[in-house]
Amino acid sequence: MTVTSPSSGLHDPRSAAGRAGDKIFSGTALTAGIVILAILAFVAVYLVVESIPALTAGEGELSHGKTSFWSYVWPMMIGTVIASAIALLIATPVSIGVALFISHYAPKRVSQAFGYVIDLLAAIPSVVYGAWGMAFLGPLLVPIYAWLSENAGWIPLFSGGYSQTGRTLFTASVVLAVMILPIITSLCREIFVQTPKLHEEAALALGATRWEMIKMSVLPFARAGIVSAIMLGLGRALGETMAVTLVLSPGALSANIINVGNQTIPSEIALNFPEAFGMRQHELIAAGLVLFVITLAVNMIARWIVSRHKEFSGAN
Amino acid sequence: MSKRIDAIDFNVYYSKFLAVEGVNISIEPKSVTAFIGPSGCGKTTFLRTLNRMHEVIPGARVEGKLLLDGDDIYAPGVDPVSVRSTIGMVFQRPNPFPTMSIRENVLAGIRLNGQRISKGDADTIVEKSLRGANLWNEVKDRLEKPGSGLSGGQQQRLCIARTIAVEPDVILMDEPCSALDPISTLAIEDLINEMKDQYTVVIVTHNMQQAARVSDKTAFFNIAGTGKPGKLIEYAETSTIFSTPREKATEDYVSGRFG
Amino acid sequence: MTQVLQENRENIGKSKLIQGRKPRWTWIACLAGSLIVASAIMAVVGFNVAGWAVLTALFYVVSNYAVTRIMENGRKATDQLWTNLVVGAFLVALLPLISVVWTVLSIGLPGLLAPGFLASDMTGITGAVDQASVEDGTAILGGVKHALIGSLVMTLGATAISVPIGLLTSIYLVEYSRGGTFSRAITFFVDVMTGIPSIVAGLFAAGLMLTLVGPGDNVMGFTAVIALSVLMIPVVVRSTEEMLRVVPNELREASYALGVRKWRTILKVVIPTAISGIASGVTLAIARVIGETAPILVTAGVAVSTNWNLAKDWMMSLPVYIYRQMMFPTAPAAPDASEQRAWAAALVLIIIVMLLNLTARFIAKAFAPKKTGR
Repeated sequence: MTVTSPSSGLHDPRSAAGRAGDKIFSGTALTAGIVILAILAFVAVYLVVESIPALTAGEGELSHGKTSFWSYVWPMMIGTVIASAIALLIATPVSIGVALFISHYAPKRVSQAFGYVIDLLAAIPSVVYGAWGMAFLGPLLVPIYAWLSENAGWIPLFSGGYSQTGRTLFTASVVLAVMILPIITSLCREIFVQTPKLHEEAALALGATRWEMIKMSVLPFARAGIVSAIMLGLGRALGETMAVTLVLSPGALSANIINVGNQTIPSEIALNFPEAFGMRQHELIAAGLVLFVITLAVNMIARWIVSRHKEFSGAN
Repeated sequence: MSKRIDAIDFNVYYSKFLAVEGVNISIEPKSVTAFIGPSGCGKTTFLRTLNRMHEVIPGARVEGKLLLDGDDIYAPGVDPVSVRSTIGMVFQRPNPFPTMSIRENVLAGIRLNGQRISKGDADTIVEKSLRGANLWNEVKDRLEKPGSGLSGGQQQRLCIARTIAVEPDVILMDEPCSALDPISTLAIEDLINEMKDQYTVVIVTHNMQQAARVSDKTAFFNIAGTGKPGKLIEYAETSTIFSTPREKATEDYVSGRFG
Repeated sequence: MTQVLQENRENIGKSKLIQGRKPRWTWIACLAGSLIVASAIMAVVGFNVAGWAVLTALFYVVSNYAVTRIMENGRKATDQLWTNLVVGAFLVALLPLISVVWTVLSIGLPGLLAPGFLASDMTGITGAVDQASVEDGTAILGGVKHALIGSLVMTLGATAISVPIGLLTSIYLVEYSRGGTFSRAITFFVDVMTGIPSIVAGLFAAGLMLTLVGPGDNVMGFTAVIALSVLMIPVVVRSTEEMLRVVPNELREASYALGVRKWRTILKVVIPTAISGIASGVTLAIARVIGETAPILVTAGVAVSTNWNLAKDWMMSLPVYIYRQMMFPTAPAAPDASEQRAWAAALVLIIIVMLLNLTARFIAKAFAPKKTGR
């Protein structure tokens, strides 16, 4: 270290203390980051370690005489995926429509207020949706199920009777659709309003109608964003617990979505974990691990689409 | 309270890219020095290295010596923070702190460093600094109002008041008038003229009339082409630069025949 | 000259530009026609409101398309069709919102107004008590005091853990990291955390405390606090990061140029400038975790009496209360009492969440740095 004369004024005596302050502060901030990584590593390690007994258990070791873990979790995986897929099929077109309505159709003065209204849907807790689906939506859908069972019974989805309470996988899917609608809507809306004004005006100046303008400039610009919004909605639907737990009256895997039966992983865990112990607990945690891996994959694909898209457009 | 600056064989890099090359310049105390030159010639980059503000940008580094009254501000162990409290800076766009009142803005340099001063001392500093920035009469009745409520020119003078409140030896100005209207510009230029009695002032400007009006000496920077480093072409008395420059490039630039 | 002007004036209203456009009242005609047709069909097959509305909407969209196509052209008709569909999507999205709010209000309000609902817990409320009050028609006893307190305490706990960690992490990401591998790793894993299903967070917390304190004792409020923190931290990091990034660099530079240290610049300039956004982000994060059910169900268990202590015994929360009352009525033979309490609790929960959302918006607006002071 060069020794400089103290008179230079550049070597303030307080500077050592000040630098220590900088070090402490940046160190604390860094520690917080490390804590987050540690938590996540903990979650992963814990789930894996606790799952191993169930994953490696042979015949006779699992609870309730199940033959293998995979034969136990497989039907629920399918149930989870079907419920989420139906929810996406319902929610996607509506969400995109709503997002377009708010971004390009509604009068400017009220569009923000409409946005708030849709955001309110996201603010309602999932357990309330579950209660609503169980007590209101299920019974409301029963006549439709009856009609479907009668007139469209030749389709496997609707064959084999219908539920008198409406507590079916399809009802659960509708509730899930309502829950992911505001998520997809707000993500799509954000991307739609980012469409460069120049592109829109270029389309309008060519004499395009509003729909042609949207088709020419807004949708191509937002395509990747829409896909990732859908994927994020899917991630949410896969992991959603309470709505399904309350709505669905669970049972074995079946193609019929308008009768009781089927089960999703999160719902299975919520229903059974409080009373579980020993091997049963390991089984449920292993099921949680499977769910974690699925949602992780879905979310990562979504982020990957966004990051790949970023380089091609100004949407960041 | 005013110090000289000497740069010796000074290079500035952004990562691997050499942005400014081989600057040798001596800036006298109690004088106004203007840096002129086309966009991208490195004059702002060089200005920011004078108080180590370039270190905010990742990958920026320097080579060579930069002496403040003989002490190298890049010597090992020198704290950039104390360099900056000795060499103040005024930016292109006025940037008063939006969460603070006018009074708090003036005291920001002192308060933010956690120094405790009595209310009487604080009042003295606020009045002295605002008077020093020719702003006192305009704002003395609304010192508690937000600084962002002032007009652009007033905001810029508030930023100057904020800078002189920490009693620096040198004040760097990076195109301080480029975001202002002509009347506010005039007020700032008058202020610069008064400030050189106390401080060493270095100003970057795109406006050659302004350089001619306010500065004692002028440095002309130029760039040979895109991707090439900026260089100090000529440094002389302002009158010389604008009437009888030594270099052809300088003459072309000041006479508007550039490029 | 004057004459030409005169002629032009007379021609206003007969402009060539509006030739071939359908009259403005077309949509009213279409709507009226659709209503009539739908009503007729309903009269034949038996009336119900839902079917009538759906049919009307369907006929309206189709007839509007057809009319536009005939009177104008195909392009205009397509445009008209999509406009109708987009507006329709919005109206469809409003239905569940209205329905949920209406259900909760109509069933929950009497329960909420029942005396002592907010001030009593479920201690001593057995199936017999419920059955008696339903059969005798007396007021339904029992309330949400324990769940309200549980939700409050657990959410506060989660906030106390998540906000410092989340805030400091976002400060690290925005102010200190220079886009290195480590910061990208944090950003990536925060994204991963955002996607953790809430039930998995609950499993993790339950298991963590099981390893730390042993079976039985691990079911307590603090376990739920950990689960909620896992869900809350990423939300706080993301929103705070966004808010810190929009603080203009000019302010940081101005502060550095005054010889202010980085950590003081962050504390005194950057955070105060962004504080309204940060506070509203934190409020929204709180609103999100206060409605979480699954992680609390598997970590804090269920309780009938008030428990203030996070570190001991089972603890109730509002969402779990709703779930338990809906799924496992206290008196299976007289579920009405439990249902009423569930909906009233749902109303309380929604009110809390809405208040938090409103507060967030208010904070964002009211405490934003003042732009003008004149």
